[in-house]
Order: sequence, then structure tokens, then C-alpha cells
Amino acid sequence: MSEALMVSIYVFVLATFVGVEIISKVPPLLHTPLMSGSNAISGITLVGSLIAAGEGHGGLSVILGTVAVVFATVNVVGGYLVTDRMLKMFKKDARRGGGAQ
Amino acid sequence: MSTFALLAYLGASVCFILGLKMLSSARTARQGNFLSGFGMLLAIVVTLMDQKILSFEYIIAGLLVGSAIGLYLAIRVQMTDMPQMVGVLNGLGGGASTLVAYAEYLRLSGDTAINVWAGGEVDLVVLITIVLSIMIGTVTIVGSIVAAAKLHGIMKSAPILYPMQKQINAAILFAIFVMGGLFVADPSLWYLPLAIIGLAMILGVTSVIPIGGADMPVVISLMNSYSGLAGAMTGFVLGNNVLIISGTLVGTSGIILTDIMCKAMNRSLANVLFAGVGADYSPDEAAGEQKTVIRYTPEDVASILENAQSVIIVPGYGLAVAQAQHVLQELAGLLVARGVEVRYGIHPVAGRMPGHMNVLLAEANVPYDLLLEMDQINDDFQNTDVALVIGANDVVNPGARHKKNSPLYGMPILNADRARTVMVCKRSLNPGFAGEDNELFYQKNTMMVFGDAKSTLTNLVGMMKK
Repeated sequence: MSEALMVSIYVFVLATFVGVEIISKVPPLLHTPLMSGSNAISGITLVGSLIAAGEGHGGLSVILGTVAVVFATVNVVGGYLVTDRMLKMFKKDARRGGGAQ
Repeated sequence: MSTFALLAYLGASVCFILGLKMLSSARTARQGNFLSGFGMLLAIVVTLMDQKILSFEYIIAGLLVGSAIGLYLAIRVQMTDMPQMVGVLNGLGGGASTLVAYAEYLRLSGDTAINVWAGGEVDLVVLITIVLSIMIGTVTIVGSIVAAAKLHGIMKSAPILYPMQKQINAAILFAIFVMGGLFVADPSLWYLPLAIIGLAMILGVTSVIPIGGADMPVVISLMNSYSGLAGAMTGFVLGNNVLIISGTLVGTSGIILTDIMCKAMNRSLANVLFAGVGADYSPDEAAGEQKTVIRYTPEDVASILENAQSVIIVPGYGLAVAQAQHVLQELAGLLVARGVEVRYGIHPVAGRMPGHMNVLLAEANVPYDLLLEMDQINDDFQNTDVALVIGANDVVNPGARHKKNSPLYGMPILNADRARTVMVCKRSLNPGFAGEDNELFYQKNTMMVFGDAKSTLTNLVGMMKK
């Protein structure tokens, strides 16, 4: 096993701990935006898709890469925007429960 | 990859972590999402600038098409449809991982044709993660589409069961692992990755169809986790740490949410995935004693509400189905104007995905500081004049505390029954999803108001305005 891969395994294991630590602090109030927002982050596969689509080898891997770019871009753009749309709706009301216009 | 690109990826990873951290408070959540999005943009721009990319025409086309679809979905989706939306997005992320991993396999094989291997030695870990990435990604996209179809009513939401279901699924999974093992031993066997994709597609379908519609929050959370894991595996395939970090963050997030949902239903993950609950439950009618319910009219309810000092509203998904969130908020506003303390008690499984009910109420302008989770509010019910239950059923069934033979037994519930007066707004006496009759309806201090939530609430609002 190469050293770079070993480092990747370190990163994977340590990231798991970071993930558990920060995600468990997100209140249930925001669990839906958490899902859509983290979902957008998983669209990071776009980085891999871009490389696959743009390496210029031609042939099948470019086609697969391009489809992957479309998928991952929908994931990223849709995920972040819809999360923002939701979070925009969460408003605090100092008057304790007003909101009746 | 240049040093600059690698450092930029590190920066992007930091943005993701800080962005998720800022989700710990509604005050900072929006900036957090923005920061996370900035990290994504950084990662994309740096990748595009890297010399590895030679042709741009396909990329630009792909980015444009993807952005247009993403924008359209994000603007148009209804908040009630958010579970399907997240499901579809999960699926696309998983699908992208599969495609990238397979494209990388083609590149490693010399990129001549699918069935020719001209590659050299490939690291074992890369081969293993290619298999995992392809498998998890495919299960994610197919499983998510099935889950979304069930949630959207395109497919029947009831569990689809057939004999030997678990065994068949286990056999498919086993076959995938055997093929994966053979492939890792000899990557020139080009047909194995394709066979794995085929089997994983079947598994995606067969593993989700036995799960009932009401258990979909768990499935969506689980698929969320899979999509992250698939991304992390693709990170190993490409040797790209930013993919590993973000994929892992999403993977843990999905697992944590899955666990929270399971606990809130007092069921194990295995039970949700394999038990096929809701298919043919026959309620226990042996108990037999005739129980009576007292019907009240909205007029009765209005007068009590007006004279209450404190009210806790317990919303269930029925509220959203009736599209009554806005009227409910209007009613709450009128009560507050009369000096009544109004709060909301939200059960973790009140919606169709984790936190769903909060989003639906936030959309109806309910301030988030009034939305209290179960543990925060449960001790307050006993000092509350009125618990107003709208469209919720199983989550307020006191039977969950003591009826040992009930499917609900042990499930944490909101203590609505302990309020001085309980008002239940419901279409009929039909049992909830668990098929269990609700004792709450027969309590002496319970006022049942039958009818559509929206028209009942509209009625109440009309009376209060007088």
C-alpha cells in the first residue's frame, strides 16, 4: 500500500470523528437543512467528475464523466439553494410568539 | 495536482467543516450554508484551473445543464415535498460517484475499450474502493429513486413483500462481494464491474420496496449516509482527500440522523429495513370493551382556548397534508394577542424526514424559538391548560408507555395526555400508522373535534375574531 493511501485512510478515520462531533451538535430544529446542506457537500464528487470529463482521453470515460458532471452539479446547485431557501424561513421572534400580522 | 490546488482543497474542507458547525444554531445557519457553498465553489474553480483538464466543452455543457436543473428544482419544490427532493439529490450524488469510479477504472485499464485491459499494476486499495464506490453509488441512486417514488405517491407506499425476501437480498449482496473479490484479484475481468452495477441496481430496488411509506425518513437518512460514503470511496479511488473528508462528513451525518429516527420510533435499524411494518397489521380487537368518545364542536373548543393561559400545539403530518400550517399560525397569533402563552411541541418523527415539521412551520412564519423538541417541552405539559393535537396520532398515544403488546410500546411520546385539557383535531377515529388504537381519544379530559384540520382551524379563527 502506498504512503499516500495510508494518509487517506488516516484522513478518513479522523474525518469520521470530526463528523460525529459537529453533527451531533446540530439541533433537531435544523435537521432537514442539515440533510439538504450536507447532501450538497456530497456533491463534491463533482471534482472527480470534472477530472473524468476533462482529461481528454476521449471515448467512454468522457461521456460518463459528463453525465457525472450533470448529476453532481444538480446535487450541488439544488442542494445549496434549497438549503438557503429553507434557512431563510427560520426567523426568531423576540415578542415571544407574535407573528400574527 | 499542484501544491496550490491541494492547499485550496484543504481550504474547501475547512469551509465544509465550519459551515456544518455553524448549523448548530439557527442564528448562524444561513451563513454556514453560504460558507460551505463558497468552499464548494473554491474546489470546483481550482479543479478547472488544474492542468489535468484539457477539454472544456463537455464540462461547460454539463455544468450548465446541471445548474439549470438544480436551480429549477430548488426554486419550485414545495416544502412538503422536501423528502423526495433530498432523496433525488442523494441519488444523483451516488450516481455521480458510480460513474466517476467506473470512468477511473476505464482510465486505469488503458482507456482503449471496455473489454480490453492494457493497464499495469493497480493498488489493492484503489481496486477495493472502485468496487465499493460503484456498489454503494448504484444502490444509492436506485434506492433513492424508489424511495422518492414512494414518497411522491408514484409508487404505492405500502411495503411490498414476498417470500424469502431477506435471504434473496443477502444472496445478492453476497454475490456482489464475491464478484468484487474476483475483480480485485484480477482487474482485467472487465465484465465484473458491469455485473456489480447490475446487481447493485437490483439490490437498490429490492432493499427499499419492503419498507413502508412512514419509515421513509429512515431510508432517506440512510441514503444520505450512503451518498456520502460513495463519495468518500471515490476519494480513495482518485486519491483525493477533499472527497474523502466531505464524503465522510456526510456519511456520519446520515448515520447519526438514521439513528435518531430509529430511536424516536423505538425500533432498530434492522427492524425498519427488514420487518415490513404496516403491510398487514391486524389491530388487537380482543380487548373488546366498548369505549366511547365525546364529540365536541369548534364552538366548545374556542371558548376553552380563549380562557386558557397556556397552550401547547402538537402538530403531526396530517396538519401538512391538510395544508393547515398557515391557519394554525393565524390561530396561534390570535391566542397570543389575548395573552395566551403558545408553544409548539415537535416530535422527532412528526414529519416525513428529520426536522421536516420545523421547516413546514417556519414556512408558515412560526418563529423558531417557539418550536420546542420533545425533551425540552415534555415536562411542561402537566402545567399546561390545553394541549392542541392536530393531525398527530401515534406520537401522543399514551399506550406507548404501558401497553407491552403494542407495536408502539417503548416509543418516546409527547405527554399531551398530561395537560389539563387535550383537544384532538382529527378526520376520524382511524388508528395511526402503527395500527394501534389511541387511548388518548377516550380520556375524560380529551375533547375530540372531527373534521378536516384546515376547515376546523378556519372555523376557530373565525369565531375568535368575533
